[in-house]
Amino acid sequence: MSFETELSRGNFTIPECSVCKKIVWPPTEFCNDCFGPVFLKNGDFVGKIIEFSKDKNDYFCVIEFEKTIKIMAKMSEPPKIGQLVKISKCGILNEEYFFYVS
Amino acid sequence: MVKVGIAAYGTTPFTMDDQKIESLLLQSTKNLFENNSKLTKKDIDAVIVSSNNNSKYLSPILSEMVGIQPKIAHTIESLCNSGTNSIVSAYSYIASGLAEMILISGAERHDSPGQILQWDNSRGEFKHPIFWASIFTKSYKRKFSISDERLAAVSVKNYKQAKENPNAISNNIYSVQDVMNSKKLTDDLKLLDCSRPCNGSSSIVLATEELTKNITDNPIWITGIGQKTTSASFTKNKSFTSMESTKVAAQSALKMANHVSKDIDVAEVHDAFSVCEPMALESLGFSDYGKGLDLVDELNDTNNFKINPRGGLIGSGHPLGATGISQTIEITQQLQSNANKRQVDDANIGLIHNMSAAATSSTVLVLEK
Repeated sequence: MSFETELSRGNFTIPECSVCKKIVWPPTEFCNDCFGPVFLKNGDFVGKIIEFSKDKNDYFCVIEFEKTIKIMAKMSEPPKIGQLVKISKCGILNEEYFFYVS
Repeated sequence: MVKVGIAAYGTTPFTMDDQKIESLLLQSTKNLFENNSKLTKKDIDAVIVSSNNNSKYLSPILSEMVGIQPKIAHTIESLCNSGTNSIVSAYSYIASGLAEMILISGAERHDSPGQILQWDNSRGEFKHPIFWASIFTKSYKRKFSISDERLAAVSVKNYKQAKENPNAISNNIYSVQDVMNSKKLTDDLKLLDCSRPCNGSSSIVLATEELTKNITDNPIWITGIGQKTTSASFTKNKSFTSMESTKVAAQSALKMANHVSKDIDVAEVHDAFSVCEPMALESLGFSDYGKGLDLVDELNDTNNFKINPRGGLIGSGHPLGATGISQTIEITQQLQSNANKRQVDDANIGLIHNMSAAATSSTVLVLEK
């Protein structure tokens, strides 16, 4: 199962190398360190808000997971730097990834 | 090391007038030949096109349109620093002996597909450059206690300087209040903080030392080149307040040229958004971290055009594939004392900073008389 397939089903997974255990981001089929095959970790991952700004009514934030992965996600409530959040909704719409956190 | 010189250059105005990419390339190349009567087509043995346009085979097309049959002909695409990367490739061809004289022509349309990096899915739905620029701006303001008004000084300075550039998209002068009152794009970015995609083309000819001297009495030499790519993903940047790729590229270029940053008399820096100028000035070593705007204010107050004399990307417009070449032409003109009202006093050593995709990749060139 690929990261995109999981994401299209609303599941945020974390790609990890099955050989060297390194987190591989952005998601690819093989580890960018040792070229080992990548598997997807499932979980209720907690991320930290690194930075944010606001577009019209919504905030857009840079969220860090596992001290490695950073994504940009939408948030409706006013964020704070360092605030811990979880992915509340994610998917692929019109070939674009989207992430919501709360 | 083989000396590689800038033998000729030409450009179109940067505008919103809709034109085909092939027509833009042709116009700047025509202007180049009109500006340089000693240049002959038969001496050009390579043609490189710099563009993000989806049209194919642009270099052979340009070659055919201008009546050149080069040994080497291809396109280079690297988003916003395609132009300087093309110059670096041309330099390498000449330095290796594979070519002796190369035409590099950069062009872009206002609707360039190079404006948005679709691959970078870590940005989620926030792929437009205004979103990474907003994050840079917010971080920079937070870290160094900078106000929106202070950042607006970058746009004020660069629009003022662009007014002296006949090829710039803007002919307007703006105040800090004008910038503050311009359309709000996000909480941290206003319209006049942003460079604009537009239609434009710039062309340049690089050549061996001997051929350069045959064509121009005022040769300018490329003495330093530095390039660095840290990633392709905006969110992989380790810092949102400095430009790591720029810092590394600048160190390489200055080392190759045997100079330090304080030796630079005039520079074009990649001000895609207002916050990019102080970040670039700091990463290039022109000022301490957090102090880039002090330099902007000082230059503005003294009407010193040392940084972005042609008006930068903000004042000139940003036709992606042409930008790095246009920046290089400006520094060449400055070193030739040929920059008219934009002329910086005693300009002997110049620098060009051209970057891509939220500073994930940077190219720095040093030019000298």
